Amino acid sequence: MIEDENIDILVNDVFELYGYDFTEYSKASLKRRISRLYTLDKFPSFAELRYKIKNDPGYLKRFVEEITVNVTEMFRDPSFYLALRNEILPKLGTYPYIRIWHAGCSTGEEVYSMAILLKEAGLLSKSIIYATDINPDVLEKARVGIFPIANMKLYSENYIASGGRLDFSSYYSANYDGVKFDESLTKQMVFSAHNLVSDGSFNEFHLIVCRNVLIYFDKQLQDKVFQLFDKSMGKLAYLALGSKETVKFSSIHLHYKQVGKEKIWRKTE
Amino acid sequence: MAQDRITAPLKLLIIGGSAGSLTVLLKVLPALNYNVSLSIVIVVHRKNTPDSTLADLLASRTKIHVKEIEDKESLLGGTIYLAPPDYHILFENNGAVSLDFSEKVNFSRPSIDVAFESAAEVYKERLTCILLSGASSDGVKGLAEVKRNNGNFAVQDPSTAQAPYMPQQAVNKLHPNTVLTPEAMIGFINGL
Ligand SMILES: C[S@@+](CC[C@H](N)C(=O)[O-])C[C@H]1O[C@@H](n2cnc3c(N)ncnc32)[C@H](O)[C@@H]1O
Repeated sequence: MIEDENIDILVNDVFELYGYDFTEYSKASLKRRISRLYTLDKFPSFAELRYKIKNDPGYLKRFVEEITVNVTEMFRDPSFYLALRNEILPKLGTYPYIRIWHAGCSTGEEVYSMAILLKEAGLLSKSIIYATDINPDVLEKARVGIFPIANMKLYSENYIASGGRLDFSSYYSANYDGVKFDESLTKQMVFSAHNLVSDGSFNEFHLIVCRNVLIYFDKQLQDKVFQLFDKSMGKLAYLALGSKETVKFSSIHLHYKQVGKEKIWRKTE
Repeated sequence: MAQDRITAPLKLLIIGGSAGSLTVLLKVLPALNYNVSLSIVIVVHRKNTPDSTLADLLASRTKIHVKEIEDKESLLGGTIYLAPPDYHILFENNGAVSLDFSEKVNFSRPSIDVAFESAAEVYKERLTCILLSGASSDGVKGLAEVKRNNGNFAVQDPSTAQAPYMPQQAVNKLHPNTVLTPEAMIGFINGL
């Protein structure tokens, strides 16, 4: 196990040498991820792990990838996607064009799910989906749009539970153990590295989706990110969070109103 | 603020269970006394159903306040918290709990091991963990970590468990001093 002081030392090293700022991340999560990496890569001592991080930029990549959790799914929480389909997209459809931001999109499963919803609502061609993450490697996977075939059974069930009526497999072509999602979906996506801790607002959106990212931040950082989102949303824009995340305790909550039962809020002013 | 109500650091009880643990919880929880210096956290394997029916069910059986954990929530005494489905729970140094959507552990999320291990180092001797009935191997590694950090732990008597595998593993590997029938568990917890 890695001591708390040593977690702080590593976080400082990474910030000073490479500019990634994890100081306001959840300590409990950092500790678990770093301990896990320490065991996985069989370091004999903390000093060796520290040395590797300070002297091997290639290893830093692995470090960032392992301590930021990348787990994701297509149509995770189908009731959330059902609400997007039935309540949010019809509203967005009244605009001449639609700008959506997926912040912390990981390998893109969520972004492809959104593109499918937009396509089925006949809105995809007038939409642009900005998909960002701190980690360029997951973005590359997202851009390619190839996902493990073994997951398709679950995703197809999720898709149907989210109100999907088509044959889910019509959206991809399968080869070997991967499936590649249709280029017509990818066409409206823009992938770019963006660090929610240090990068600013870059556009104004009608819908921001940021799910299961804020849980890795402490309260203060969560609040800073909420302000960044607030700055990046026009009046009546929507903010969608993970199923256990809320705007409620943040400094922006007064001018956000929850829409229905799902974790979706609308900016009121 | 609410957490200023209590000056001494809180004690924490985590109850982990899998198959067959619900009947135990439904027997034990109604008989527990309100204890303002103890937070109780329940980590059970269950299906990811959209509404929090388990919290409602447990709440209907006890006078102690029952709620599902929210991210970064500060634990209060005299409250029973339930880990939400499909997230691990991690304990922060400042008395808050974080949710985590990382890989399943022992095919489970929430994983009992993850909860026990994370709490072990933060709460040390203020922590008690109980492992209930289950057919999984989750929880045993976590109990070992609790033991190493001078926390207390107990195991449901495997002969009373609908699925004895999980508590039996703990008995075999850790030789706990406290092996409890569901009836005995009530007195044990009320004595914390
Ligand atoms: C658990 S995944 C969530 C994926 C997806 N949104 C979902 O809910 O399924 C968390 C993602 O947040 C990203 N992340 C962590 N810190 C970040 C930061 N400071 N800025 C942008 N993205 C970040 C990680 O790289 C990871 O891809």
